[in-house]
Amino acid sequence: MAVLLLGEVTNGALSVDATAKAVNALKALGDVTVLCAGSAAKAAGEAAAKIDGVAKVLVAENDLYGHRLAEPTAALLVSLAGDYDHIAAPATTDAKNIMPRVAALLDVMVISDVSKVVDADTFERPVYAGNAIQTVKSSDPKKVMTIRTASFDAAGQGGSASVADQAAAEDPGLSKWVADEVAKSDRPELTSAGRVVSGGRGVGSEENFAIIEKLADKLGAAVGASRAAVDSGFAPNDWQVGQTGKIVAPELYVAIGISGAIQHLAGMKDSKVIVAINKDEEAPIFQIADYGLVGDLFQIVPELTEKL
Amino acid sequence: MKVLVPVKRVIDYNVKAKVKADGSGVDLANVKMSMNPFDEIAVEEAIRLKEKGVAEEVVVVSIGVKQAAETLRTALAMGADRAILVVAADDVHTDIEPLAVAKILKAVIDEEQPKLVIAGKQAIDNDMNATGQMLAALLGWGQATFASKVEIEGEAAKVTREVDGGLQTIEVKLPAIVTADLRLNEPRYASLPNIMKAKKKPLDEKTAADYGVDVTPRLSVVKTAEPEGRKAGIKVGSVDELVSKLKEAGVV
Ligand SMILES: Cc1cc2nc3c(=O)[nH]c(=O)nc-3n(C[C@H](O)[C@H](O)[C@H](O)COP(=O)(O)OP(=O)(O)OC[C@H]3O[C@@H](n4cnc5c(N)ncnc54)[C@H](O)[C@@H]3O)c2cc1C
Ligand SMILES: Cc1cc2nc3c(=O)[nH]c(=O)nc-3n(C[C@H](O)[C@H](O)[C@H](O)COP(=O)(O)OP(=O)(O)OC[C@H]3O[C@@H](n4cnc5c(N)ncnc54)[C@H](O)[C@@H]3O)c2cc1C
Repeated sequence: MAVLLLGEVTNGALSVDATAKAVNALKALGDVTVLCAGSAAKAAGEAAAKIDGVAKVLVAENDLYGHRLAEPTAALLVSLAGDYDHIAAPATTDAKNIMPRVAALLDVMVISDVSKVVDADTFERPVYAGNAIQTVKSSDPKKVMTIRTASFDAAGQGGSASVADQAAAEDPGLSKWVADEVAKSDRPELTSAGRVVSGGRGVGSEENFAIIEKLADKLGAAVGASRAAVDSGFAPNDWQVGQTGKIVAPELYVAIGISGAIQHLAGMKDSKVIVAINKDEEAPIFQIADYGLVGDLFQIVPELTEKL
Repeated sequence: MKVLVPVKRVIDYNVKAKVKADGSGVDLANVKMSMNPFDEIAVEEAIRLKEKGVAEEVVVVSIGVKQAAETLRTALAMGADRAILVVAADDVHTDIEPLAVAKILKAVIDEEQPKLVIAGKQAIDNDMNATGQMLAALLGWGQATFASKVEIEGEAAKVTREVDGGLQTIEVKLPAIVTADLRLNEPRYASLPNIMKAKKKPLDEKTAADYGVDVTPRLSVVKTAEPEGRKAGIKVGSVDELVSKLKEAGVV
């Protein structure tokens, strides 16, 4: 059995954490080949070759893949599919865009957000905002899936896989890139951070979010937000944690001014230690928090930042 | 231009899903069902395109049990013009996979010839986030998923997408599939007069067999289980106590 894994490449660099977690999830299924596609992808390919458990790396360097448009990358994966039984990617927004398209082109179902690999045909995945875990068995000849990275540890370093160039596939010519609006940040990436500090509607404004960011910086943490905070314009969209945002499972998750709606919990309840700060002692977030502190966040958070 | 919006009937987002004791699935008997929230956003966007004079007609389609007619009526009350219900299951517990849904939608689209399809980014029951992308593949159309802004410019749609690093803007040739993310718009509530009017709007009923689509699932559900629970911890009385607990736990 052979596995083709689409590596997560952004601006020529491999997201080692997401890719290594997917490798770990998949390596029991067979030899893992990682495909790195991008307008620059050589460095990403070399990084992928060093992940423990990777058997081979394919590098497809072409401007077609520069902005991860779904149609060309899906066409490339389909052109390679013949040699593999499993075609997978970490469940990033890019992969969620691409993999269902690949599956439909191969006339198979996609299996989204796999949280456990039971055997070559059987997988666990969360449904209903994580309120149920479904075990599904696929009867398709090929399995196309995305891997929920928060559910797996990263494979180690120390691999030395061979790296080969891969020619581009045909360009479907259906879409083109216009612009990116990406905030530069020195903070750790949300889905791989060891610590996350999140703010909700209780924070009250974009300016007030600075106190959340100060605590995060003191802890070396990534910053997250509830949907209400993002919808209200306190925080950018890519900070949203939850069922329909990012799924995180850090060592420490601090929820500040967040009530604990099921859609939010779906994105963070697998964190090792959860701290909740909320002025409402009845807030549902306290039902899953390891340490709860009832009170006004505008007093508590600056004090906590100072005392850490 | 005609816009088609697929809408799914799902468990209401305020209801906490309960797993059936025999592990066969989630209990949906006597549970409040509503339109998938992302589909409300998709319907709203289509109606706004019509109000701007960009679209002439908004057609909504649902695939599932007969009761999905209620969901379609909601969309008609919001302002859609016409609905198509494709009955593909008898039991509320039968869910149809995105691949089969996409195949039925393709058959509907071959007949209806819309220039734009706006779907939700994901259904909040199965959270697959797949149908729109699969449909785009089957039609050979371009796709713009997770949209937070849609502008129609001649023969293309300029779409801003919510992605992991922030926002990305792309242009897709029409016809195309767009999937709606949370911040595309705030859907309106249907007013009472519009709910009454919606009862008279056309709703066509079809079956999966009319389109010759095999809905046999490719995935079988072996079991459905409750996730491991998380117990409530303790309340601390002060910031100092919190800091010392976090040190004890070794996380700071
Ligand atoms: C389809 C759909 C998808 C969704 N996806 C997501 C998702 O991915 N992620 C997500 O987070 N939500 C999601 N939601 C929204 C979710 O249902 C909740 O509305 C949202 O999580 C609420 O955010 P919040 O906790 O910040 O706000 P609220 O529920 O308003 O809670 C604010 C909290 O702040 C506290 N507070 C206020 N002032 C202070 C103060 N001074 N000091 C201390 N505490 C204070 C209050 O006591 C309250 O508990 C989704 C909803 C839908 C319908
Ligand atoms: C109780 C239960 C039992 C199940 N049993 C089985 C089973 O026996 N076998 C099996 O293989 N799978 C089963 N499933 C799983 C199911 O078939 C798929 O996993 C599921 O359909 C995933 O897609 P989604 O609905 O999350 O769609 P998504 O791809 O997340 O939906 C995205 C968008 O597509 C559109 N859309 C989706 N569905 C429809 C629709 N029906 N009509 C119109 N528009 C739509 C909407 O615009 C929606 O916003 C079951 C699921 C449940 C809840």
